[in-house]
Amino acid sequence: MDYLPTILGAAVLLPLISFVVIVLFGAAMRKAHVPTHYIATGAILGSFVLSFTAMCIWLSTHGIPEVHEHDAHGHGGHEEHAAGSHSAGADHLGESLAEGKLVEKGQDSQFIALTDDDHKEGGVGKDHASAAHGPDYVADDWYTISPPGIPKMSIGYHIDTLTIVMFVMVTFIASCIHFYAGGYMHEELHDVTDHEVTLSDGKHLRRPGRFHRFFQYLSLFCFSMLGLVIAGNVLMVFVFWELVGVCSYFLIGFYIERKSASTAANKAFIMNRVGDFGMLIGLAALWASFGTFSFGDVDGQPGLFSLIRPAENQHQMTTKDGLVQVGGASTEGESGDDTTDANASNPASFSYGLLIVAGLGIFCGCVGKSAQFPLQTWLPDAMEGPTPVSALVHSATMVAAGVYLVGRFYPVFTPEVLLIIAYVGGITLFMAATIAIVATDIKRVLAFSTVSQLGYMMLALGMGGWIAGLFHLITHAFFKSLLFMCSGSVIHACHTNEMPQMGGLRKKMPWTAYTMLVGCLAIAGAGIPFLIGFSGYYSKDAIIAQAISFTDANPSHKILFFVAAGGAAITAFYMFRLWFLTFSGKPRDQHVYDHAHESPKVMYVPLVVLAVLAVAVGWSIPWGTDADSGNHKELGVTALLETARPAGTADGAGTGVNFDVTYPAEAASHAEEIHVMATLVAFGTAMAGFLLAFVMYGLQRISAEDAAKQFAPVYGFFRNKWYFDELYHILFFKPTHFVSKLVAKFDRRAIDWVVNGTAKVARKVSDTGDAIIDKGLVDGLVNLTAGWIYSVANWFRNVQTGKLRQYVLFIVLGTVVLFVLIEYSSFLNAGH
Amino acid sequence: MNLLTDPVGASHFMAVGAVMFVCGVVCMATKRNGLGILMGIELVINGANLNFVAFGSEFLRRNPDYALGVDGQLIALFVIVLAAAEAAVALAIALNYYNNRATIDVDRADELKG
Repeated sequence: MDYLPTILGAAVLLPLISFVVIVLFGAAMRKAHVPTHYIATGAILGSFVLSFTAMCIWLSTHGIPEVHEHDAHGHGGHEEHAAGSHSAGADHLGESLAEGKLVEKGQDSQFIALTDDDHKEGGVGKDHASAAHGPDYVADDWYTISPPGIPKMSIGYHIDTLTIVMFVMVTFIASCIHFYAGGYMHEELHDVTDHEVTLSDGKHLRRPGRFHRFFQYLSLFCFSMLGLVIAGNVLMVFVFWELVGVCSYFLIGFYIERKSASTAANKAFIMNRVGDFGMLIGLAALWASFGTFSFGDVDGQPGLFSLIRPAENQHQMTTKDGLVQVGGASTEGESGDDTTDANASNPASFSYGLLIVAGLGIFCGCVGKSAQFPLQTWLPDAMEGPTPVSALVHSATMVAAGVYLVGRFYPVFTPEVLLIIAYVGGITLFMAATIAIVATDIKRVLAFSTVSQLGYMMLALGMGGWIAGLFHLITHAFFKSLLFMCSGSVIHACHTNEMPQMGGLRKKMPWTAYTMLVGCLAIAGAGIPFLIGFSGYYSKDAIIAQAISFTDANPSHKILFFVAAGGAAITAFYMFRLWFLTFSGKPRDQHVYDHAHESPKVMYVPLVVLAVLAVAVGWSIPWGTDADSGNHKELGVTALLETARPAGTADGAGTGVNFDVTYPAEAASHAEEIHVMATLVAFGTAMAGFLLAFVMYGLQRISAEDAAKQFAPVYGFFRNKWYFDELYHILFFKPTHFVSKLVAKFDRRAIDWVVNGTAKVARKVSDTGDAIIDKGLVDGLVNLTAGWIYSVANWFRNVQTGKLRQYVLFIVLGTVVLFVLIEYSSFLNAGH
Repeated sequence: MNLLTDPVGASHFMAVGAVMFVCGVVCMATKRNGLGILMGIELVINGANLNFVAFGSEFLRRNPDYALGVDGQLIALFVIVLAAAEAAVALAIALNYYNNRATIDVDRADELKG
């Protein structure tokens, strides 16, 4: 257990080492024809092994997670449950006091853990043992940057099951992508002719291959993502957040000579800056009100989570009226043993309003990074990067960072913020899904699908479905990277992104076609209801169940349920549209078809591995029952995530103060009738979408062209991505351009005039000064002195007559004069 | 003090040296002949040398502690050597001068005048 931070820290650092090595020796290795990707792939594979080891260690110390019976009780079970946890309030208090002691003791061992015995003490509250205690985690600082006396800034870690699950997911998918990229990018090993860049002389650009550079950025990217996940405080998250952003900038702009790629990179970067601006405000709000950035308790100092949801208050959100009370922050800053006690009894004060600001600010950052409405336009453009990048950056990791942060920050979000998150997610989900229907670029369909699925996750999180959202994040990462890599394989074979030029490729590239089919089934949530299904079946069910449970409690937000259900249907439709257009039917472009070929083994083996996981990652494996309580033990993503659920959120995120919204417990969505209904809704909508796609593109009974003509305005609207780019063009670009033109005019007319005028005046003044002072006074003085010296010297010339006898006479006279003078002066002295 | 009645001492030597010196100077200042000037120089040097010798001798001083002693003699010797060297160089100059102009009239040598 003590090794856990070291192991995960090493997993973070391995890609960094690979990055440094490639930066230093990449060019030399390219010349020596040593393949660089062995280093990068080895590093990330090592990280995966370390992460997996960490998971095994965690499971062996904490045991296989237990799942309480939820299906049998039905809705009533939840009520019982709630009553149970209330009656156990006294126990909670006692336990939290005990925990407080544990915290202090834990300083030495550097982590605060509750042993299994603690779980078993719980009695009535046992089912929600994690809710009563808060999740188990390991947190400490590796290095403190700030000097003592100001609030702490440090590099630290916060490890719980969420961290570990994310680590395993990220490193595994990144490893697959590294293998795949080794095959996909092989062209870059030699000099490359870029056919999409035409130089001024009409030739295509020819440049040296950038194989090593690609893997160098890939490694840096993995490092930043892993650093973001392990980060123990928000400031560190922000640092790695920016690193992730800059890596995606490098990778999207990998084909930097292409105008579209460089603008897409800029767009992604700038859009993210907009979000980060909000995030900075959020950070400032947190800093001002709490004086700490840490998530969990470190060295006995309470972190954000325990400040907002103190254990004394059963981990319910505790706020005070009024604005920030600076006292809380300032005492927090003085590090010392005596102040820790003071803080424990008097937590830093903060207001509810500021908490909303902080939550919205942090969410702003997530909106930018996860491409949510209204900053969603960068992600589809980011498809300009090489496909492995799209798979890594834009399905499994970078955009996942936003969702991860929302999940991590879940305890800080007030119900109001959560509702906004839900609506933003809902809008994004629906909008991106509709655009994906009409997109023809195979990667763009996937890009919009990604945006839409990210919207799903945000929606789930915003509706209180913490597990549902993060579960979908994990499953989505697997099938979306699979889909992206399949599309990359297709593009690799066809050298085009346009689906209208494909068709019938199933026969040419069976591996790609059927792995992609698995991906489509997974994302559509296919499965046999109530029995078994692809991973998406479970996560989407969970989200829809959460939507039903949430809208039952809040009928005024019923629309969120319809968005979730409709989104499921549209998802199924556009995914199968993509598959049918690409792989079935007759070849639409014979030339492309003839040149198509199955990708090399190094590319399709990762596809198969990912396909297997896309099927299986959602499964929970029964792991016997707990001897004491009779609860089932399960090994699966949901069960693991359940143990990381933030303290105090199991019974719902509470009731909104400013909005009319109530959050039911997430467990309520497991109730029998909700579960059945969710499954039926999810299955029905997905089936409807699939059937429509099958009829339109598989059997071609309904002509897609006719449909497009029939609904021309809608088609155009979707086709132009809801005119968001145009809207931003008018809203931001045009006014900025106008203002800058005005400013430029002002610059040229007014400022230049002033500058030039000043210069002219200065010149005139100095000319005059030159004439009077320099030429007249100074030169005159100098010349006068020189002339005087000249005339004196000229006079002395006469003395040197060249007559020897005269010289002797001068000497004698001089001597006589000297004698006379000496005599005279000694005479004077004697006189005195 | 009367030089004619006093016993011979440093003052007498100084008087002789002074006469020699002035003779030399006058010789230098009046002769146009280069060799004549050289002779004048010899007189000046030896006039001065006489003083050194006189001041070096403890027999000639009323208070022997004031005598320069051997130092005076040594300086006199140096001066003699210098005078010899100077005479050699000067005679060489004079010879060259004569070679160039067929005369040793120093007044004709005024090319370097200011």
